[in-house]
Amino acid sequence: MKRNARLLGMGWLFHIKMLNRSSFNSVLVVLYPLFFATVAFFMYRAGNPDALFYASLGASVMGIWGATTTAAAGAMQRERWHGTLELLVAAPAPFALVLLPVTIAMSTIGLYSMTTTLLWGRVLFGIRVHIEHWLLFCLSVPATVIAIGMLGFLLAVSFVRYRTAWALGNLVEYPVWLICGFLVPLSLLPDWVRPISWVLAPTWGMQAIRESAQGGTPLPDLLVCLGLGAVYTTIGVLVVDHMLRAARARAVLSLT
Amino acid sequence: MSSLRIFFVGGLLSFRALFGWLSPWILIPTYVIAPIFQILLFVYIGRASQTQSDEFYVIGNALQYAAIPCIFAMTNTIAGERSQNTLGAVLATPAKRIPLFLGRSMPVIVNGFFVACFALVVGGLIVGISVPGRSVPGITLAILVAAFACTGLGLTTAAVGLLARDTATLSNIVFGILLIFTGANVALSDLPGWMSTIAQGLPLTHGIEAARKLADGWSFSNVAGLLAAEALIGVVWGVIGYTTIRGLEWLSRIHATLERA
Repeated sequence: MKRNARLLGMGWLFHIKMLNRSSFNSVLVVLYPLFFATVAFFMYRAGNPDALFYASLGASVMGIWGATTTAAAGAMQRERWHGTLELLVAAPAPFALVLLPVTIAMSTIGLYSMTTTLLWGRVLFGIRVHIEHWLLFCLSVPATVIAIGMLGFLLAVSFVRYRTAWALGNLVEYPVWLICGFLVPLSLLPDWVRPISWVLAPTWGMQAIRESAQGGTPLPDLLVCLGLGAVYTTIGVLVVDHMLRAARARAVLSLT
Repeated sequence: MSSLRIFFVGGLLSFRALFGWLSPWILIPTYVIAPIFQILLFVYIGRASQTQSDEFYVIGNALQYAAIPCIFAMTNTIAGERSQNTLGAVLATPAKRIPLFLGRSMPVIVNGFFVACFALVVGGLIVGISVPGRSVPGITLAILVAAFACTGLGLTTAAVGLLARDTATLSNIVFGILLIFTGANVALSDLPGWMSTIAQGLPLTHGIEAARKLADGWSFSNVAGLLAAEALIGVVWGVIGYTTIRGLEWLSRIHATLERA
């Protein structure tokens, strides 16, 4: 147990350092969602200025998902390019424990974007960030980061058979921004979309963050968010086991 | 004759070679599905913020999405050669540079045109906007001119590829700038004055405005000036890009820095 926790912690720290060295995964993670946030701020300021704080919180969480989706989907392929995938799979440590901190590190990098977006909104658009329950807010943010990282883990293992997994990860960036209620209230979306939103942890993480900021009751949302994250991880571990067995049997791990 | 061959055959070959990785697994998510979701995202933000009509966002984002193929593909004409270790060989050839680089831009323009057309038609059908039939040829031309202008800007970012290794980051930043400044989602009148002034010199701004006016029933003659301005902006960016490429190529020979970036 202690060894696994150490593996998770060291893996997370190691990949945070690596991601910080990449302009694509650090500078762009901050800038790219900021472009969308800026557009959203202009739109809300022009038509519905009362909802600017709503938009500011939503845009800030967009960055966490944006930092995770493409990078996580392509995480296994990146190891292939580096020639380290076989080594990691052959290592005695469970592969899921090697991969999970990678995707959580990616979502953690999204905190840069979250902070920058809130500051950007405050400085350039005058959006005051007023948090009612600081303690719950400080719990909701890391819980959302971890849950999004776990969803990234599921993406990473689901797309392992595709060389172009990053494109599939890139594909789910906009839909999650839309249907998880980051910038659009779920009530505006068609009814058939809502069940999809409910099985996505970012929806509940976003609600927990908003509830804690606006003085509501974020704990139920927070628990659902973490529960869904645990479900993603469980499914991911099962997929990893199946995938590795199949890859060993057919000798297709490297996809060459 | 040789220049024409380099222009057409070289352009097509380089496009196929540099985008050999553009398998259906990349093409469909990136060029077919993603623009639809970008349109839907901003249509719904627009409904939530109660600013503009659905038509405004469908047209704005469909045309703006041409930036993905145009900017990224043009930028990769340099970066892709470097990653394949063929940049030195290409620049060592005696081929004239104008057909060499402009030939590569033709397939990019066509690709950007089709991506934007597809996004406009499918996005419009999903959201349910109606455009007068007589406006369709004009809007099609507006898309083509916008793709041309955007590719001109792409030639400039391609030139930066001679200096910088991480062109993917640069292309994403240019895409984001176009998203904010060109009026794709925010009316120029709602942007600060300095931003709408900069927008006048960027590709897509006039093309998007022309397409919206045509969709609103304006006659083609009333938007011809906007399309001419869009085309001129494309030419200017193209000239800037070509000049920069030649200048940086010359510098890289002087300082032997071609592969350093």
